[in-house]
Formats: sequence, C-alpha cells, structure tokens
Amino acid sequence: MVKSAYSFATKKEKIENHIIVVWVDNESGVLARVVGLFSGRGYNIDSLAVAEVDKKKNISRITISTSGTPQVLEQIKLQLGKLIPVHKVANFPANKKTLLREMALIKIVSAKTQLVKAKKLCKKYKYTVIDSTKKSYVFEVSALKKDIDQLLKKLQPLGLASVSRTGVVAMTKGSETFK
Amino acid sequence: MTGAEIVFKVLEDQNVRHIFGYPGGAVLPIYDELKNHKKIQHILVRHEQGAGHAAEGYARSSGKPGVLLVTSGPGATNAVTALTDAYMDSIPLVCITGQVPTHLIGTDAFQECDTTGITRPCTKHNWLVKDVNKLSSIMHKAFEVATTGRPGPVLVDIPKDIQFAKGKYIKPKEKNNGNVNIKFNSNDNDINSVLELIKKSSKPIFYTGGGVINSGPKATEFLRELVSLTGFPITSTLQGLGAYPGNDPQFLGMLGMHGTYEANNAMHDCDLMINIGARFDDRITGKIDEFSPKSKKIHIDIDPSSINKNVKVDLAVVGDVKIVLEKVVSAIKKKDPNFANSNKQNIAAWWDLIETWRKKNSLGYKNSNEVIKPQFAVQRLYELTKAQDTFITTEVGQHQMWAAQHYKFNKPNRWMTSGGLGTMGYGLPAAIGVQVANPDKLVIDIAGEASVLMTMQEMSTATQYNLPIKIFILNNQWMGMVRQWQELLHEQNYSESYTAALPDFVKLAEAYGCVGIRANKPAELDSKIAEMLAVNKPVIFDCVVDKVENCYPMIPSGKPHNQMLLGSQDEEEKISDEGKVLV
Ligand SMILES: Cc1ncc(C[n+]2csc(CCOP(=O)(O)OP(=O)(O)O)c2C)c(N)n1
Ligand SMILES: [Mg+2]
Repeated sequence: MVKSAYSFATKKEKIENHIIVVWVDNESGVLARVVGLFSGRGYNIDSLAVAEVDKKKNISRITISTSGTPQVLEQIKLQLGKLIPVHKVANFPANKKTLLREMALIKIVSAKTQLVKAKKLCKKYKYTVIDSTKKSYVFEVSALKKDIDQLLKKLQPLGLASVSRTGVVAMTKGSETFK
Repeated sequence: MTGAEIVFKVLEDQNVRHIFGYPGGAVLPIYDELKNHKKIQHILVRHEQGAGHAAEGYARSSGKPGVLLVTSGPGATNAVTALTDAYMDSIPLVCITGQVPTHLIGTDAFQECDTTGITRPCTKHNWLVKDVNKLSSIMHKAFEVATTGRPGPVLVDIPKDIQFAKGKYIKPKEKNNGNVNIKFNSNDNDINSVLELIKKSSKPIFYTGGGVINSGPKATEFLRELVSLTGFPITSTLQGLGAYPGNDPQFLGMLGMHGTYEANNAMHDCDLMINIGARFDDRITGKIDEFSPKSKKIHIDIDPSSINKNVKVDLAVVGDVKIVLEKVVSAIKKKDPNFANSNKQNIAAWWDLIETWRKKNSLGYKNSNEVIKPQFAVQRLYELTKAQDTFITTEVGQHQMWAAQHYKFNKPNRWMTSGGLGTMGYGLPAAIGVQVANPDKLVIDIAGEASVLMTMQEMSTATQYNLPIKIFILNNQWMGMVRQWQELLHEQNYSESYTAALPDFVKLAEAYGCVGIRANKPAELDSKIAEMLAVNKPVIFDCVVDKVENCYPMIPSGKPHNQMLLGSQDEEEKISDEGKVLV
C-alpha cells in the first residue's frame, strides 16, 4: 500500500450528473474562476455554455454539466456563491423537471442516397438543413444530449464528417424562474 | 492624479499606516510616490514572502488588514506562499503587485508572469487593472472584500503604464451589502433552536475556532459570557486560542491531533457540540467516520460553504459570530438568566467524567536536570512573561504544538501561528509585523531551528527598524515533527530529517546586528530568559533542548478521538499497520 500523509476515503459516494447554472458579471477572468473550482478538485466538466444574457447589467449565464458526489457538488455550489463576480447559482436537477437542450451542427459528406437517408434520420428531431451541396448537408439539430448522441451514432456510417455541439443549456419549466 | 498617486490616496483613505514591501522595475512609479506620503511607513523586507507573513502578523495582532507591495514576476511569485497561508487561515491582506506595461502583457516580457492567474486559487478575489479610472474603485473594493465576510487575501495587479497614467480618484462608496458582506443569514428561530438544544443537553461542549477571533473583541466578550451563563466546558482549535482564557477551569485546553486528553474525549463523548467559528478540519476530527458519534451538532459560521463541508451538522447558523453570540446570550439572559445554576445538576456527571480525564495530566512530561525539555522551556517562558501583555508567533513543527499546549493565552490576537497551510518560516516575519503594529509590546517567536532558517534573512529587517523581536528557538537539531512521524510510522528510518550543518545561532544573531543568547542547561534557563527580556533589541535565543523528545498527546493515524497516545509507553500497541498509511 502507498504511504500517505492523510486518511483515505472510507465511503464511496454515488456519482450523480448535475447541471449547474451561474449568473456572473461578464468580465475577464470570471470563467477561469468558475471553472477552477471544478478543475481544482479534478472534476471534469462535461459541457459548458456561456453567453451574455443581460447587456444592460452586463450579466452572462454559464451552464455547466458535470458529475460528482452530491456533497462535493453542493460545496462547489456554495463556493461559487462566494465568488465576487457571481450573482446567483442554481443546481438544476438533470431530469424531467428541467427543460434541457443542446444544439448541434452536423456535416454529412457522401453520395446522394446516403444524404437522403441521413435527412430521414434527422426528421425524428427538430432540425433544419442550413447548408447543402450535391455532396454534403449541414444539419442544425436541437434536442436532448442523449438524443443527439444517438443520432450521431446512426449517422456515423452515412458519412458523418464534422460535428459541433453547444453543450447543454437549461431552464425551469412553467412560470418559475430562479431568484 | 497619476495611478501611483491614486494608490496612495486609497491607502490614506483606508487609514493604512504601514506597508510591507520590496521594490522592483514594475512598481517603481509607486515607490517614487512614497516620499510624498509621510503618514505611511514602508517596511523594507528582505524577501517578498517575509512581506506577506509580516502583513499577516500585523493583521492578526491589530485587527486591521495587512498591506504588501511587491514587484511583478519574481516579486509576485515570492508572495504566493504568504497569500496561500492567509487564505487558509482567513487573514485579511491587500497585496499590490506591479505588472509589466499593458501593451507587453502576454509577450513574455522581462519579469512578466500571469499574476492574477497564479494567485486566483489563493485569493478571495484579484484584479488586473487595465483602466486608471477604475483603479480607485477597484482598490477600495479590494479592502472591502479582504475585510468583510470571512476575511482573506486579495490582490490588485497594476501595470506600470497605469501607474503613470493620469486618472480620476473616486471616493469609497458607502459599504454595500452585497454577497461579500454577510452579517446574519439565519433567522431568530434558529437562535431558539440553539437554546432548546442547550437546555436538553447533559453532555455539552463548546468547540471554538479562529472565527471568534476574526469576528473581533466583542465576539470574545460574548463567548466568555455565554460560557459562564451555561457552565459548559469549552475547548478551542489551534487558531482560536486566546478567545477564552487558557487558565480558566471551564477551559479543557486545545483539541485535535495534539490536543488534551480531556478535550478530545469530551468531543468524542458529548451529546451536544456547539461549533463556533471553527471548520471541522481534518487535524481536529481525526477519523471522520467515528467523529463524535453520539452528538447533535450546531455550527455557527460566517461562511455558508463551511457548513456540512466535512461533517454533517444538525443545526447551522450562518452569520458573524459576534452577532449570533449576542443573540444567544441575550436570549438566555431574558428567558433563563439563572440557567447555569439551575442546570448544574444536569451536567454534574459530565463534569465528573471530564475531571477523571483531566487527572491523566496528558500534557505532563518527564522533566530532567541534565537537558532542557522543550515543554519545560515553554513553561518557563510563559511564567516569566505572563505578567506582560505578550504576543507569541510560531514556526511549524513540534515547538508549535508545545507552544500551543503550554503557553496560556488570556486575550485574543496574542497568538499568531500558521495553522491551515503549516508554513515553516512564518513566525519570524510574522513577529516583525506584530511588533510594527504593537511597538511597545513584547513579541516572541517560539521557533524551531529548521523553520526559522527559511526566513532568517528578516532579522536584518528587524535590525533596520529597531524591532526588538525575540526569536526563541527550541533547538533540537532535528526537523522534530518529521523525525517523530518517522519514528512512529516509518520504522525509524530518519530520512533527511536531521540538519547536519546548522549555523551558530549566537554568531548569526551578532552578524545581523542582534543579540545572541544560548541556554544549555535547565538551571540557567530562567536567568538567560531574563537576560533576553532585558534587551531592547532583536534577540536570537538558542535554547538547546532534548533532541528526541516527542510531542504528546497524539491522536495516532486513523484513530478516533478517544484512542489517544499519551506517551512513549503507549506507542507500540496503538499504531496498527493500517494506521501508518492514514494520519
Ligand atoms: C515550508 C514547509 N516545508 C516543509 C514542511 C514539513 N514540515 C513540517 S514540520 C517540519 C520540521 C520542522 O522542524 P523545526 O522547525 O526544527 O521544528 P521542530 O519540529 O523540530 O520543533 C517539516 C519539515 C512544512 N511544514 N513547511
Ligand atoms: Mg527542530
């Protein structure tokens, strides 16, 4: 056994997937600060989406999809709340109570028959063809992450050439908003 | 006004009287401006880490933020250890760094480093100033962030062109109550719940920490009142020493890895633990799964992210300690002013049990006529200095624990030690800062010979400013704490823990223009200490102590609070193979 100066974890806690949303001042360094709280613990960020949402107040909304133990995620949330440029923090449950979406741009390069097949597969989802040539299509698809994952798997044999994904964004259902 | 002038205007408006610093190319405009501000004294250190620890000592002993001023690149990186130390122990520091001119940032310019990037994880917040018109508001905000909520270090990085540029000075805003300024985030129901739990308990204990000290002198007063109103026993963390009188019968001494037998057993067996401004650190809890298994836990803390971090608690009261304690004290006074008496019977059996633990005399040791025992040296130092208002700093190691165990503190802000980060080399520069803030007081660094060599160069600073600090070295020639662990946990393989070529500390003192004193025998200790106290100059006291004394009691690796080692006869049986990997 390796010698260590500290105790080992004795309990294995369950790892859960969470969507953390942070409202921040749109200034330099703020993303590094937010992300640092995850990377400093060795937590990977599965996806990250950021953009300004309130020009007047100079506020950006960051959506982070990550996985970790509930206790550590709660701690990260509390620590995020202490950062000076952070206005509020919400932990969205990654389930049916939350509206979750991700957008993907998908390029297929292949022969006509394959392209038609590809288009058919996309029909199951909200999609648009935003660019097309004889040899290629670019689809814009907006759906749940797992649906996009599935779609891409099916498109693979049909000449999938390039994918760009935004990462998940989230919103509460109904009239509710996070205060 | 130029940026450099704005810097000083802010410092003046923030009532800063002292800054600790070291010049260099990227801060020269600010240094140039220093001559126009006679109210502010600059203390020139010998290494930027020293400036940081001095600022920490200044802050902890005065309750005011410590300010340091360093140059870009190596100046900034040298300050990182002190910033991290202050971050861990929640000490308010404002660090001003010079930066290369704006147009050179990102070009690997001479003495450029990504200062805000490097210090992001070890400051509460930091700023790179890119517009001189924002300089004053950023700096005022920096002081606010450092000193409010849970205090901590902040850093303002000012490129050299911004120091030259002309801009507007904006007066500080009235304190805003944003998320940096938490006062009381719980409600009065929580105070009632605290009272209910206090009434129901038959085995209570107060577990208090540095948060009480950080909350200011009022917090200390309310704590003392609360302890007397309840008649409950109280223990303290390393950082909390002095908040409650160390020689009061209700005080059980320090808890934790080298805490007393009675404090740790009471923590383990209690049915109510009231944590006030402490953070369930791993050196306190020992084995976390077996930490105080039968108790209800209340946690009073200003920092919401401290709650449930290491230990799940039953009741959290988020707020400034002095505000929460004031509410609790006045509620007890109103509802049940005679509580301590009426409840006495209820906790009598608990006190009896505590007395049996106390009888073990866990801080006891075998004294000697031949060699100076380090514990004896601290005890004599205490006896000979307790009549004065004495300030103690320490380095890190066994001597630090012996100081915490055997020096009794009666007032807050008299005890400055690096607890969270455990930084060897902290105590000497910290003593300089303490002495600057308290010019007529006795300031002693209880040191280890290995630690003190890490920042020894600051003796030169002490000499330059006539700061009569006393460096009291418990010289065992070993990195004693490392040696102790190697003895107990690594089959006595004393790998690299002996310093084979130590300097002659007496001659070293003389070389620095200080006074050197050496004590070799127990019989001469008192007179030598008296000699040290009589000197109105910086002194290095080389106290030659037992080389192989171990620090007890000790909660061994992987053990809960109720399985302490009391002395060498205990060692063999208690540390299992499995325990060796833990600690
Ligand atoms: C900067 C730094 N490096 C290493 C350590 C690890 N360490 C902790 S205590 C210690 C030995 C300290 O020796 P000394 O100052 O002589 O004190 P003693 O334990 O002998 O009283 C060491 C190396 C540390 N705490 N800080
Ligand atoms: Mg030593």
